[in-house]
Amino acid sequence: MIEIKNIKKIFNPGEVSQICVFNDFSLSIKDKSFVSIVGSNGSGKTSLLNIICGSIQLDKGQIIIDDKDITNCPEYERMKNIGRVHQNPSKGTCGSMNIIENMALAENKNKAFDLTKCINNEKRDRYRDKLKTLGLGLEDKCDNMVSKLSGGQRQALSVLMATMTPIKFLILDEHTAALDPHSADLVMDLTKKIIQENNLTALMVTHNLRYAVDYGNRLVMLHEGKVVIDKENKEKEDLSIEDVLNKFTSISIECGN
Amino acid sequence: MIIVRGILEEGLLYAIVSLGLYITYKILDFPDLTVDGTFPFGSAISAIMILNNVNPVLVLFISFFAGMIIGTITGIIHIKFKIRDLLSGIIVMTALYSINLNIAGRANLPIFNKENIFRNHFSMWIFPTLRPYTSLIILIFIVLICKLILDYYFTTKSGYLLRAVGDNGSLVTSLAKNKGNIKIIGLAIANGFVALAGAIYCQHKGFFEISSGTGTVVIALANVIIGTKLCQNNKYIKPTTAVIIGSIVYRAIISFVLLLGIPSNNLKLITSLLLLIILIVNKSKKGKVIS
Repeated sequence: MIEIKNIKKIFNPGEVSQICVFNDFSLSIKDKSFVSIVGSNGSGKTSLLNIICGSIQLDKGQIIIDDKDITNCPEYERMKNIGRVHQNPSKGTCGSMNIIENMALAENKNKAFDLTKCINNEKRDRYRDKLKTLGLGLEDKCDNMVSKLSGGQRQALSVLMATMTPIKFLILDEHTAALDPHSADLVMDLTKKIIQENNLTALMVTHNLRYAVDYGNRLVMLHEGKVVIDKENKEKEDLSIEDVLNKFTSISIECGN
Repeated sequence: MIIVRGILEEGLLYAIVSLGLYITYKILDFPDLTVDGTFPFGSAISAIMILNNVNPVLVLFISFFAGMIIGTITGIIHIKFKIRDLLSGIIVMTALYSINLNIAGRANLPIFNKENIFRNHFSMWIFPTLRPYTSLIILIFIVLICKLILDYYFTTKSGYLLRAVGDNGSLVTSLAKNKGNIKIIGLAIANGFVALAGAIYCQHKGFFEISSGTGTVVIALANVIIGTKLCQNNKYIKPTTAVIIGSIVYRAIISFVLLLGIPSNNLKLITSLLLLIILIVNKSKKGKVIS
C-alpha cells in the first residue's frame, strides 16, 4: 500500500517562475490495484510519480509504503521494491550494451554486483525464451546493441527488464507516449499481462484516455494538484471515455484554454 | 630497430595509462585530469619503495592500490560534494604536486643503482640472448596481464554496472544501486592503472621526475581516441586491444615527427597539437563535440 499524506511541493520557490504543484495533497493506493492517472500538462501527474520514486524531494508531507515512512529514503533505496518505465524508451535500457547484457543486468537487481561473470549459457537460453514470448522477433537479435532497436522494441524490453525481479510496485510514466499506435497497443498489452502475472500494484500516467478507461481498476484525474475524478472498480467500469473527456474539456475551459 | 623498440616500449607504457583513461573518458564520460598527478604519484612512491628495498613487483601492486585511493578521493569530491568533474580532477592533481614532492623529497630522484623489474639478476638470467629486448618483453607481459584483467572485469556483474552507469545513470538507479558509488569505483580503477604506469615508468627510466606527469592526460586521451577510431569497425577487436594499438600508433607518429628534425623542446606542443587535430578530425566525421 502506498500512502501519500498531505504533501506539498513548490518548484522554484521565491522566483517569478514559482509553481505550486501540490499543496496538502493526499492519495492512497491499495495493494494489487492498477491505477491510471490522467490530467492536462502541469497537473502534477509526473511530479507525483517522481515524488513516490524519490526523484524529487518534498517540501512537506509523507510518503508511506507498507507502513514504512520512506520520505527521506534516497531514490535508489526505494527502487528495491519499485520497477519504473519512463516515457523515453532509452531511459529504461542501456543502448551501448546488447539485449542479453541488458537483461542480465536487470535480473541481478537486489543481488550483489560482484566479480563473478554476469552472463552464462543457461541465462542466455532463458532470456531467449523470455524474449520469444514478446512476439517481436527480439530473440534473433540478442547480440544486437539495444540502441539499434526501434522505440517499440526498446520499450517492450524496458517493461520486461523493469519486472524481471520480484517487485511490488510498477510505475509507468507515459510509457507509450513516444510510440506509434501499433507499438503502443503492443506495449500496453504486455504491461497488462506482466502486471497480472506478477500481481503487481501499478501506477500508470497516461495522456491516452482510452488506455486509462480500458486498463486498470481505478482512474484518477488530476488538475492543478487536486483530484477531480477518482473512480474505482465497479464505478470505473461504468465510466465511459466520453465522461472522462467531458470532464477534461470542462476543466480546460475553466482554465481558459 | 632501436627506434621501433623505443616506440613499442613507450607505447606500451602509456597503454597502461590509456586503459585507465578508457574507463573514465569513454565509459564514464568523465574528463579526469587527476591522472597528471597520479602518474608521478605512482613514480614517487615507487622510487621511495625501491630505495627502501621493497620487492619491485610488490611495488607495482602497492602503486596500483595507492592510485585507487587517489581516484576515490577525486570521486568523493565530485560525487559527495558535487564539485564539477574537471574541477575535482584539477584540485586533486594540484594537491598531488606537493604531495609527490614531499614523498620523494626532491624534484628528481634517481634509483639507478637499485634492482627493479627491468634490471635484476633474474631478468639477466632468463633472457641471455634477448637481453636488449628485456624491457620490451617485460612490458608486453605486464600490458597483457592488465588487458586480460580489465577484459575479465568488463564481463563481471560489477563491470556491467560500470558500463551501464556512464551510458544510462537512471537505469543504474532503477537497479537500486547508487550510481555515484559506481562512478567512484570506476575512477578508482582508472587511477590505479595510471599509478601503476607511473611506477613502471619510474623503474624503466631509473628515476622519479616531478614533471613526468605533465601532459599524461593529453597523451592518454589521444591514445584512446586513435585506438577506438582505428578499430571501431572491427567487431572482433576488444576496446582494450584497440587502446593498446592506439598507444603504439600514437607513439609512432610522435617519433616520426621528432625524426623530421623538430627539436624535442617542442614535444608537449606537438603532443597537444596532435590531440587537437585528432579531436577536430573526429568531430567533423561524427558531428559530435567531445567535451
